[in-house]
Amino acid sequence: MASQTLYDKLWDQHLVKQREDGTALIYIDRHLLHEVTSPQAFEGLRLAGRKPWRLDANLATPDHNVPTSFKERAAGIAGIADETSRIQVQTLDDNCNSFNIEQFTINDARQGIVHVVGPEQGATLPGMTVVCGDSHTATHGAFAALAHGIGTSEVEHVLATQCLIQRKMKNMLVRVDGRLGTGVTAKDVVLAIIGEIGTAGGTGYAIEFGGSAISDISMEGRMTICNMAIEAGARVGLVGVDDITINYLRDRPYAPTTAQWDAAVADWRELTSDADAAFDKVVVLKAEDIEPQVTWGTSPEQVTNIHGVVPDPAAVSDETEARGIVRALEYMGLSAHQKITDIKLDRVFIGSCTNSRIEDLREAARVAEGRTVAASLKQAMVVPGSGLVKAQAEAEGLHEIFLAAGFEWREPGCSMCLAMNADKLGAGEHCASTSNRNFEGRQGFGGRTHLVSPAMAAAAAIAGHFVDVRDFAPIPTSNTNAA
Amino acid sequence: MEKFIRQQGLVAPLDRANVDTDLIIPKQFLKSIKRTGFGPNLFDELRYLDEGYIGQDVSKRPLNTEFVLNQPRYAGASVLLARRNFGCGSSREHAPWALTDFGFRVVIAPSFADIFYNNSFKNGLLLITLDEDTVERLFNEAQGVEGYRLDVDLAVQTVNTPSGEAIAFEVDSFRKHCLMEGLDDIGLTLKDQDAIDSFEARHRTERPWLFRDGQPV
Repeated sequence: MASQTLYDKLWDQHLVKQREDGTALIYIDRHLLHEVTSPQAFEGLRLAGRKPWRLDANLATPDHNVPTSFKERAAGIAGIADETSRIQVQTLDDNCNSFNIEQFTINDARQGIVHVVGPEQGATLPGMTVVCGDSHTATHGAFAALAHGIGTSEVEHVLATQCLIQRKMKNMLVRVDGRLGTGVTAKDVVLAIIGEIGTAGGTGYAIEFGGSAISDISMEGRMTICNMAIEAGARVGLVGVDDITINYLRDRPYAPTTAQWDAAVADWRELTSDADAAFDKVVVLKAEDIEPQVTWGTSPEQVTNIHGVVPDPAAVSDETEARGIVRALEYMGLSAHQKITDIKLDRVFIGSCTNSRIEDLREAARVAEGRTVAASLKQAMVVPGSGLVKAQAEAEGLHEIFLAAGFEWREPGCSMCLAMNADKLGAGEHCASTSNRNFEGRQGFGGRTHLVSPAMAAAAAIAGHFVDVRDFAPIPTSNTNAA
Repeated sequence: MEKFIRQQGLVAPLDRANVDTDLIIPKQFLKSIKRTGFGPNLFDELRYLDEGYIGQDVSKRPLNTEFVLNQPRYAGASVLLARRNFGCGSSREHAPWALTDFGFRVVIAPSFADIFYNNSFKNGLLLITLDEDTVERLFNEAQGVEGYRLDVDLAVQTVNTPSGEAIAFEVDSFRKHCLMEGLDDIGLTLKDQDAIDSFEARHRTERPWLFRDGQPV
C-alpha cells in the first residue's frame, strides 16, 4: 500500500461510502454534546420522527452556560440565575432524558468542558472519529482521533445517521524541531504557529503536528496545540500515537478494559504518518526560536513575543491587513510601537478548553505560589476544566496557592472564554486570558483579550501587566511528560 | 430547507477581513433554543452602540449609523460582499441562521472558513468564492453605485453584474444539488442505511473497543 499520512489512515478506516460527486459518508464513533448547539438538533429529530442511530456513541455535559460561582452552582440547574441560560441547560437535560443519552449533569463530579471531559474519561480514543457542535473539537486530535467541530445541522445528522457527509481535506505537517526553552509552553508553540501561518493558513487542511518538540510534550500540552488548530483555520489538528498517548489512556473509565486493551494498543500503534508519507504543505518551526507569546489584536494571528511591540500598520504592505491592524488597535486601545510589557491589565482568566487541565493549573500555581495578585487588578480567576480536574488540583493543594495569592477558585465550565455565563469583561478592560479567541466582544462587550499561556497569565496577574515569566520566576521546563 | 435557484438582489459591502462568527452573532444570543429570530441581532456589536441582550426590543436601541447595514441605501440587501476568511471562529450555526433571518441569500468573498462554509449550505445560504481582484472590483462598484444589484444564477453558476458581465463561480455539485432542490441531507444519507449498517458491523468486529453495547458510552 502507498504511504499514508495519519489523516489518510483515519479517513480510510471510517469511509462508509465514496460517492461519485466527490463527497463521502464518514462513520462517527464518538459524538459529544453540550447545551448550546444541540437543542435545535434534538428538535429536528423530534419533528422528523427520528431517533438517535446509536446511543452509546453519544455523551453530553453542560458547559458553556453553567455558572462558576459555588453559590449559584449549589442549587443545580434551578440555581442558574440567568433565565435563558437556565432554560438551555434544562433543555439539554430534558433532551438527554427523553432520548436516553448519557449526560454528566451540572453537578456530577465528572461534569466539565466537553473537550476536557472526553479525554479525561477515555471517551476519546486513538483511531476514533470524534465530533461535537463546537469548533474546539480539534482538541481530541491530540489522541490521533479524527476530530472536528460541526454545526447544529450536522449534530442532527450524526444523531440520526451516525455519519457525516464529508470531502477529504488536504494534509499539512507542522513540524516543530528541537527543544522548547524553559518557561515556553504548548500554548506559546501554537500561538507561534498561528502567527506564522495565519488565521486562515490551515483552511481546507488537516494539520498534523510533529517534530521532536511535539514528541516531548505531554497529552495536556498536545491537547492545547490541537485545540487551537481551528484558530489557524484547520478543522482538524492531529498528533500521532506514542507511549505518552497510551500511558495517558491506561485505566481511564471508558478506555478498553483488560480483555481488549492489548489489541487496542496494537491497533493504535499504527496511528502515525508513514515515514515517507507526502503532505500537501509542510511548515517547520525551530523550538529554540519560540518565546512566550502574547496577542495584541483581535485575531489570534495578531501575536508577538513578550519582548515585542505592537506593530505599525503603516509598515504593512497588504492593504486589507493594514486596515485590520488599524481597526484592532483602535478596539484594543493600543498604539503602534507600544511595548507588550507596558500593557496594563484589569482581569486575568485562567481556564477554557485550551488551558484548564491539571498541568495548566500546576504551571500557573508554580508562578503564583507565595506571591500576591497585583492590587490594580479587578479580578483574577482560575476555572478548572472539569470537576475531576478541580478535585485533583485540590488534592494537590493548588487551590490554596491560588486563593492565598488572591485568585478566585471557581466551579468548572467554559466561563470567561466566551462569557455566556456571568463571568465577563467590562467594556475597555484588558484581560490576560488562557483561552483561544481574542475576537471583539468575545469575553464581554468591548472587552480586550490577550491570549497567553497559564504561566504567563499567572505572572501577569502578579505584576499587573505582561512580564516575561522566565525573568519573573525560575520555573522548571513545562510540558515534559512527568506522569 | 428553502430552495436556492436564482437571486437578484441589492449588494451590501462589508469591508473587513476575518469576520468571525462572534462578530456575526455574539454569544448572548446563542442561548436561544430556536433556529429563528436571530436577524435583529446579526452583527449586533457593529450595528448598535449599546450592549444587546436576548429578547430585547431592538427598535429602541441606538444605531451605529456608520455601519453599512444601517445605511438606507443598503436596506433590503440580500447579497453580502465580504473580505477574506469570512466566518472564521466558532462552529455556531447561529451565524448562517442570523444572516438568512436578516434576509441574506448570498455571501461573496475571496475565502470562507470551513465550518461556516458547511453550515451555510445546510441553510439555503449560497457562499461564492471569487478571487481577490474580482471581489475588489465588486467592492468598488457596490460602493460607487447606489442601488447596485447582482444577479446570482446557481444553475449556470454565474454572478451577473449590471454591466452584463457574467462572472463564473465554482460550487460543489452535491451542495448545488441540495440547494437547488431544497433537500434534507439526512434523508439522503438514510438512503444508504444498508451501507452504514454493513460498515458498522465490520467496524465493530475489527475494533470492538469503540463500542459499548448495552452500556452507556
